Amino acid sequence: MKVVVDLTRCQGYAQCAFAAPDVFTIQGDEALLYDPAPDDAQREKIVRAAAACPVQAIALERYDRFGREEVRRPHQPPEAVAHAAAVSPEEAFKRNGRIVIVGASLAGLQAGRTLRRDGFTGSLTVIGDEPYPPYDRPPLSKQVLIGQASARATALPRRDEIDAHWRLGVPATGLDLRGKHVLLADGQTVGFDRLLIATGLRARPWPNEAEARLDGMFTVRTPDDVEGLRQALTAGPGRVLVIGAGFTGCEVASACRELDLAVTVVDRGPAPLTGALGAVIGGVAAEMMRGHGVDLRCGVQVAALEGDGDGRLRRARLSDGSTLDVDVAVAALGSIRNVEWLEGSGLAAGVWGVGCDAGCRAFDLNGVVTDDVFVAGDVARSPHPVYGYQFLALEHWGNAVAQAEIAAHNMISAQSERWPHLALPEFWSTQFGTEIKSVGVPTYADHVVIAQGSVVERRFVAVYGYRGRITAAVAFNQAKWLEFYERLIDRAAPFPPSFRTVDEPADRRPVAAEVPDGPTPQATVVVTGHRPSERRATLVRKTYL
Amino acid sequence: MSQDSVWEQILDYSSRADPFPLYAELRRTPVVRAQDGSYVVSTFQEIVALLGDPRLSSDPHNLPGYDAEAPAQASGEGPPGLPPSVIFIDPPEHDRIRRLLTRNFGPPHRPGRIDGMIPDLLEIVTSLIDDFAGKDRSGTRRVDIVDDFAYPFPVTVICRLLGVPREDEPRFHAWSEALIEAGDPTTGEFAERQRRRSTANADIGQYFARLLDARGEPGDDLLSGLVSGDGPEAPMPLKEVLANAALLLVAGHETTVNLIANGMLTLLRHPEVLDRLRRGDEPDLAVRVVEELLRYEPPVQFLENRFTLDDIEVAGTIIPRGSRVNLVLAAGSRDPADVPDPDRFDPDREHNEHLGFGGGIHYCFGAPLARPEAQIALTELARRLENPRLVADPPRYRPNPVLRGPRHLLVEFDGISPTRPASKRPTTLG
Ligand SMILES: Cc1cc2nc3c(=O)[nH]c(=O)nc-3n(C[C@H](O)[C@H](O)[C@H](O)COP(=O)(O)OP(=O)(O)OC[C@H]3O[C@@H](n4cnc5c(N)ncnc54)[C@H](O)[C@@H]3O)c2cc1C
Ligand code: HEM
Ligand code: SF4
Repeated sequence: MKVVVDLTRCQGYAQCAFAAPDVFTIQGDEALLYDPAPDDAQREKIVRAAAACPVQAIALERYDRFGREEVRRPHQPPEAVAHAAAVSPEEAFKRNGRIVIVGASLAGLQAGRTLRRDGFTGSLTVIGDEPYPPYDRPPLSKQVLIGQASARATALPRRDEIDAHWRLGVPATGLDLRGKHVLLADGQTVGFDRLLIATGLRARPWPNEAEARLDGMFTVRTPDDVEGLRQALTAGPGRVLVIGAGFTGCEVASACRELDLAVTVVDRGPAPLTGALGAVIGGVAAEMMRGHGVDLRCGVQVAALEGDGDGRLRRARLSDGSTLDVDVAVAALGSIRNVEWLEGSGLAAGVWGVGCDAGCRAFDLNGVVTDDVFVAGDVARSPHPVYGYQFLALEHWGNAVAQAEIAAHNMISAQSERWPHLALPEFWSTQFGTEIKSVGVPTYADHVVIAQGSVVERRFVAVYGYRGRITAAVAFNQAKWLEFYERLIDRAAPFPPSFRTVDEPADRRPVAAEVPDGPTPQATVVVTGHRPSERRATLVRKTYL
Repeated sequence: MSQDSVWEQILDYSSRADPFPLYAELRRTPVVRAQDGSYVVSTFQEIVALLGDPRLSSDPHNLPGYDAEAPAQASGEGPPGLPPSVIFIDPPEHDRIRRLLTRNFGPPHRPGRIDGMIPDLLEIVTSLIDDFAGKDRSGTRRVDIVDDFAYPFPVTVICRLLGVPREDEPRFHAWSEALIEAGDPTTGEFAERQRRRSTANADIGQYFARLLDARGEPGDDLLSGLVSGDGPEAPMPLKEVLANAALLLVAGHETTVNLIANGMLTLLRHPEVLDRLRRGDEPDLAVRVVEELLRYEPPVQFLENRFTLDDIEVAGTIIPRGSRVNLVLAAGSRDPADVPDPDRFDPDREHNEHLGFGGGIHYCFGAPLARPEAQIALTELARRLENPRLVADPPRYRPNPVLRGPRHLLVEFDGISPTRPASKRPTTLG
């Protein structure tokens, strides 16, 4: 059977691991790893696990625990086309329209499910260039690398319910906005009334093509990538080199240590995870990595990779003049947005992704919003009121799900019924037995303070602030507190926090955040509402710094 | 009638059988101030938020002028004082104790412990039901689901888990009752009750101290694990072991009994669900029934030990620093703003995010045990009791408004079906 856990939602209560210990395992205090394709014999225990989850974060093949709003907005069965009485154009579209989704992964699947759940009965086509049905990526750099799950067994549950025409293994190669159709690589065209672009990202390859072709070089994005990497890791390499200490790089290094492999991580920045968390908390991550036996080298770059006569990777030359003997190297250099197929379409698509408004409607090249083309997931770039209306491109699981739901809702709603995508960015990373969770935009900060817990023990909540208001919070093994800070971000609560809490560190003094690029001056808004249907932003004039 | 008096009505014994209409009234004002000066929060979103709010402490020492331990220390007699248990302390101490307890209870160090107890649970339940046949009170076939089943079952289980001789039950029963009574807000003012709680806790602690003294080699039980324990933070200091063993013993006693008794009562009031459970062709039904019971008839109705470390705004009301806050879990789990059709007992509901075990860092430690206990108990009762009938509805309730449940639950039946042959018996549930 298939299992997926919404780890953005999970708070590490471990109830699942008690109920089905062969499927769900806890590392350290609260880091959950699970088998996404467990044996059917485990079914009873898994059902108990899903029922026991206090935050209902576990989705199974036939048991719907997916999506926060699933039952709160009760399913409305399509009304029978009774009389030819005037149906609104929106209603007619909902019944008989044609929707095409390009990108058959997390965002595409979630949008399809939402469309059907919310009563879209027209025709739905999902186009994906990968040969596989939608699968989940986060396990690829975690459970799969340590052998708890197989690379080809992370399929997402409940695809069948969508009742869509699936065109898998065929890339979309173009978009004709005027003719309203998508061009496919096999020469066919697929017409649409409304389109959802959800083509995500791909891994940025090692820039030197010859070196990138060396046997032993890997990137981490797809099952094929990870199947190869897993084989290389189990073959017992002398040393693994990870190039880039972002989340993917750190998780690969963690898996290597779990497998007791020697691993060197090289990053040109001052600390791991700096791009996401800033150098202060990145420094904590650095200590954690070193404590787990990783040879971490910051402020250094890989200058060249060398192979032997058979084209096998053998050595890496670093910018500080040193060399490393390595058999396996993982390029974890970030990502490239899959927008090439939109060239010439007239949409605002480029290296930044596909620009869209907070309602997920794509912009054209002139920056004018279109009405029938929507964008969601990793490929989207949309303004966020909480962050000074800056355009954010997020590469987070939870964002792909939440944005896809908003996009789907808006695709079948009249203008006045449309919702803004105002969810705060959230992500998690599981590494070195630690659950790192983040809410808000940690790099949108000038200061950071440890608000609760102990950095030495690596159990803490760090709160980020910008110009006197709270903009983000990051927890190491303290996920249960994060929702509290999420609400403070929504309310533009003052930074540094001055209230008294449990587990308050003796010295609660903010330090400079050391984030890559500080934000520009901005508006302050307050967001109210809990459910997507209720969330609204209001501009406020708080007298902050 | 003024809003403030709704809470006092809820506490009053006369509303014990059905407090839910009063909870609905209470929810109209999400935060009310009770006559004793504490605050009462009853709506789902607000309770969830407060369960995860670090400005709330579980340590009563944050109440101004709180001196629960003082008399015991001053008198210099009576049982030696014990530190407060995990439920009454804050991080980082709370988290350390909880990790040490978990190390001997569940993942990551003992992941299969509870799962491995499931055959045991079924065996205990089976033998208790077998004994019903001999319980011919007043000539009819009749049992008291509380005294003959729902109480002895979890007691036996917690004794096995902790490594406590089952036959000592009468000895600690009285202390356990005293502890439960100390948790009943109708029996006195909070600090005074905490003093009684400390005394009862210390009594149980002393019992455990003697038990540990008398034992030779440590066994595989939880208590032995705590005392001899391994790991970076182990072993747990003896006084902490005693204090928390007492909590586990009592929590293992006085909560699951209500879940099972409330459960049987609810099933008898919803015969169609009881029938489905008896037919046994929906393997997941018992799981869903128990989750729904935790929402619909929760054994712990409210938490009374939260204390504000700062002024906190909740739904437009400022709760000042140094206040005691009651979180009415039972009212929150039936909040129509978040739960569709909340007053319907509906095991088929999707996305059942109830508050039955609390939430946040103090989320019930014993939940992974209580759940399969109740699942197995209710499944077997449904399957084996032939034509069960309530003798009185509503039954007489225990006085306690927090740990709410029937004092007795008399059920008549026509016979006891044989247990399934061992070969057909599930290794798990089913
Ligand atoms: C190894 C790994 C670990 C991760 N771990 C975490 C984590 O711990 N926490 C977290 O929050 N997030 C994590 N993520 C990020 C998360 O998986 C992504 O945010 C999510 O997959 C985004 O979904 P998406 O549908 O928008 O894009 P994608 O998953 O990238 O899907 C886009 C799909 O579109 C297809 N496509 C592209 N171009 C075309 C075309 N022209 N025609 C047809 N199809 C096309 C692609 O092949 C792909 O199948 C991780 C990602 C990876 C790779
Ligand atoms: C149906 C049965 C049970 C219910 C409804 C229940 C309910 C609860 C609730 C609501 C809390 C939260 C208290 C708070 O936040 O202040 C709690 C805590 C606790 N429960 Fe249970 N409980 C049950 C069974 C058990 C069992 C069987 C055990 C022991 C094995 C147990 C041990 C504990 C402990 C130790 C705590 C304190 C945890 C902490 O503070 O971290 N409970 N329980
Ligand atoms: S929150 Fe749910 S999914 Fe996460 S560890 Fe707990 S039970 Fe498992």
